[in-house]
Amino acid sequence: MFYDIHYVTIVFLIALGIYAVMFQHNLIKIAIGIDILESGANLLLIVLGYRNGGVAPIFTMAPQGKSMVLPTPQALTLTAIVIGLATTALMLSLIVMLYRHYGTLDTREIRRLRG
Amino acid sequence: MKPMSKIVRTVAASIGWFVFVFGIYVIVHGHLTPGGGFQGGAVMATGVALLIVAYGGWGAERCVGKERLPVFESAGLLTFIILAFGGACLGITFFFNFLANKGGLFGDKLPLGINPGIFNSAGVIPLMNMGVGMEVLAGISLILFAMFYGTKRVREGRCLVDNEEKEEDV
Amino acid sequence: MSWTEHAPILIIAAPLLVSFAIPLLEKIDYRVRNAAAVLSLAFSVWMVLIVLHKIWGSGPVVYVFGAKSAFLPLPSGFKFPVRIMLEIDNMSAFMALSGSIAAMVGVIYSWAFVREEEGGLGKYYSLFLLMAVGMLGMELTGDAFNFFVFLEIASIASFGLIAYRREDPASIEASFKYMIVSTIGAIFVLVAIGFLYGRYDALNMAYIAKHMRIGIVERIAFVLLMVSLAMKAGAVPMHMWVSDAYGRAPAAVTATLVSVSQASLYGLFRVMFSMFGVTMNNHFGGWMLIIFGLLSMFIGVTMAIVQKDIKRLMAYHAISQTGYMLLGVGVGLAVLDNPVALRSYGLAAMTGGIFHIMNHAMYKGLLFLTAGAIFYRLRTFNLNEMGGLARKMKYTTIYFIIGAAAIAGLPPFNGFASKLMIYESVYKFNPLLSVVAMVVSILTLASFVKVFHSAFLGPEISKTRDVREVPKSMVIGMGIMAVICILFGLFPGMVVKYLAGPAAVSLANQTGYISSVIGGGM
Repeated sequence: MFYDIHYVTIVFLIALGIYAVMFQHNLIKIAIGIDILESGANLLLIVLGYRNGGVAPIFTMAPQGKSMVLPTPQALTLTAIVIGLATTALMLSLIVMLYRHYGTLDTREIRRLRG
Repeated sequence: MKPMSKIVRTVAASIGWFVFVFGIYVIVHGHLTPGGGFQGGAVMATGVALLIVAYGGWGAERCVGKERLPVFESAGLLTFIILAFGGACLGITFFFNFLANKGGLFGDKLPLGINPGIFNSAGVIPLMNMGVGMEVLAGISLILFAMFYGTKRVREGRCLVDNEEKEEDV
Repeated sequence: MSWTEHAPILIIAAPLLVSFAIPLLEKIDYRVRNAAAVLSLAFSVWMVLIVLHKIWGSGPVVYVFGAKSAFLPLPSGFKFPVRIMLEIDNMSAFMALSGSIAAMVGVIYSWAFVREEEGGLGKYYSLFLLMAVGMLGMELTGDAFNFFVFLEIASIASFGLIAYRREDPASIEASFKYMIVSTIGAIFVLVAIGFLYGRYDALNMAYIAKHMRIGIVERIAFVLLMVSLAMKAGAVPMHMWVSDAYGRAPAAVTATLVSVSQASLYGLFRVMFSMFGVTMNNHFGGWMLIIFGLLSMFIGVTMAIVQKDIKRLMAYHAISQTGYMLLGVGVGLAVLDNPVALRSYGLAAMTGGIFHIMNHAMYKGLLFLTAGAIFYRLRTFNLNEMGGLARKMKYTTIYFIIGAAAIAGLPPFNGFASKLMIYESVYKFNPLLSVVAMVVSILTLASFVKVFHSAFLGPEISKTRDVREVPKSMVIGMGIMAVICILFGLFPGMVVKYLAGPAAVSLANQTGYISSVIGGGM
């Protein structure tokens, strides 16, 4: 059980993110939910590459005789973080503009496009 | 956002340099340490955020030179993509590392395995890091400025929100 | 060893380079900027044709990034491909051809359509090219994570473009809604790729496909990929973003956005056929696609009939037409493990579905562009505020008739050719499905007759009195698509023989896809 604590955390983060996106009515909270979801996905990638007792995969001054964690998932995570940054920035910009037009952040009042 | 008090502004001006220098360090050592263009650029952009907080948006805009940022961004991205094209132009492949192990700029040979780190190595990767660093610095600064203007009252005309989402450093 | 060996990467790299250079080119002159954007995409079309020619000659093309040799996916001593690579078979090249033509037409159309005084045009063209890059990258890549990255590039660029008319709150809202849906979809794609990486320690699709052993992890990854990519493609249970995003984006963007959604559709097919294929239960996957397709066809068209907004109406038709592709290819997937049925009607159904992809990109793009032309003059999408446009806008009217006839499946336009293939082959699989497809086609015709009647015929109303024809670049853009619609309708046999047929064969041929990377041995 304790060995699988990362996976439990990942499932928890993803469930929390989906909950926030589906059931919250505040646009900022929805944005936070998406970020939590992204963190869950990033944590999954990092955990996949983890090896018990491994060191960071850098050759500069690496300790002798230790195993290294996998570098590929870390590169993937970095790319995913960059993409997440772009998405978040754009999402917040859109929220700012929506707030200017409607004067509210409540999704129940922003519904010009229904049906 | 109004400029803050003189104490804050002075401290921000002196600390801001350290932030920038640290960002540059992270960028240029990207091929040896866990760092690189995106991380260093983000660190430098926090310096811009500091300036915005301390000096207010208009003051920070004057310090940084906001009109130059789009050009800066484009130049960074072009550095990246032209270096990638370099390999194809030499007839090998796109993204081929045509400077590594050639002895010139960033061209020292690396020993296999654990080493103390040779700065002058890794070929086009440090150059690409610098391009990406420029791009990320300019892009995130533009986003910060856009958000700063976004929080202003609604004015006549258009709002200045850019879509600077071109983070390409795969 | 000529420069054309770099043609696969130049498809993506040329628009990317121009997209980055646009803020600088803009400083020279706006004409230089627009011309560079058009030329870069025209160059992409040319490169796609070169690659297609190469594939006809010698099978799938592989291009490895940053290696000593571009065509050596497995250097000696390596057990699996470590580098990112493009892998282009007939299907990828077919999709890239359709997508690059649509993007080129979109940029040509934008020249006059997006007015200088609206501002931010440099960013508009940059994002437009980035969207095209993301779309082409999704269609050409052979690496699962790279697929995700290109998916996100295309999505983020399209969020920005949908919200381009930011004075209009509805377009920002549409962009936000699309962003929420699409980001969640993309995160699930990433999680699924993470699962597959955890199992196989590789990101190359061909390598994963070769070593695929079905367990619980693969099942989860399969379902996540299927649902999220179907959502990005706009299939029905997850279709609510389509009408908003298509309805509110500038028309030139919408025409390309159709192709961007189809890139997700391509990803769905690639995952189902090439990565999972017959090792997964292909009846399940095939029937899922068929059910998605039926729902999309029927619900899309019924929602479309009641619309008053011309672009929303077309957007619902886009959902409905996506159903045809899912139906055709789904039938092919359902009989993938049965060689007799596959040969007698499965491949024909797939060919019809794949042919329909390109046809749809062309005629739906054309229809969206005509809607944009009407908007350009009248500044409204409401059908009740139009009337008598046929006398005022001759070219637009002719183009609209071509597009509407093609989408309704009337001969001799391209929609007829692909729909007929789908009807005939699906009838052999299950007659009921074919009947539904025909009924939907009739409803589509009814809906477009209504649009034609209320927008182009009838008396002039005060608003349409001094309307003129749209500028030349828009006429040319629409003309390219209309010509392709007619040509494909007149010579469907050639298209099936050289483009759609080989694409279907290569999609069904999983071992061919794998062996072009891993090699025949091992």
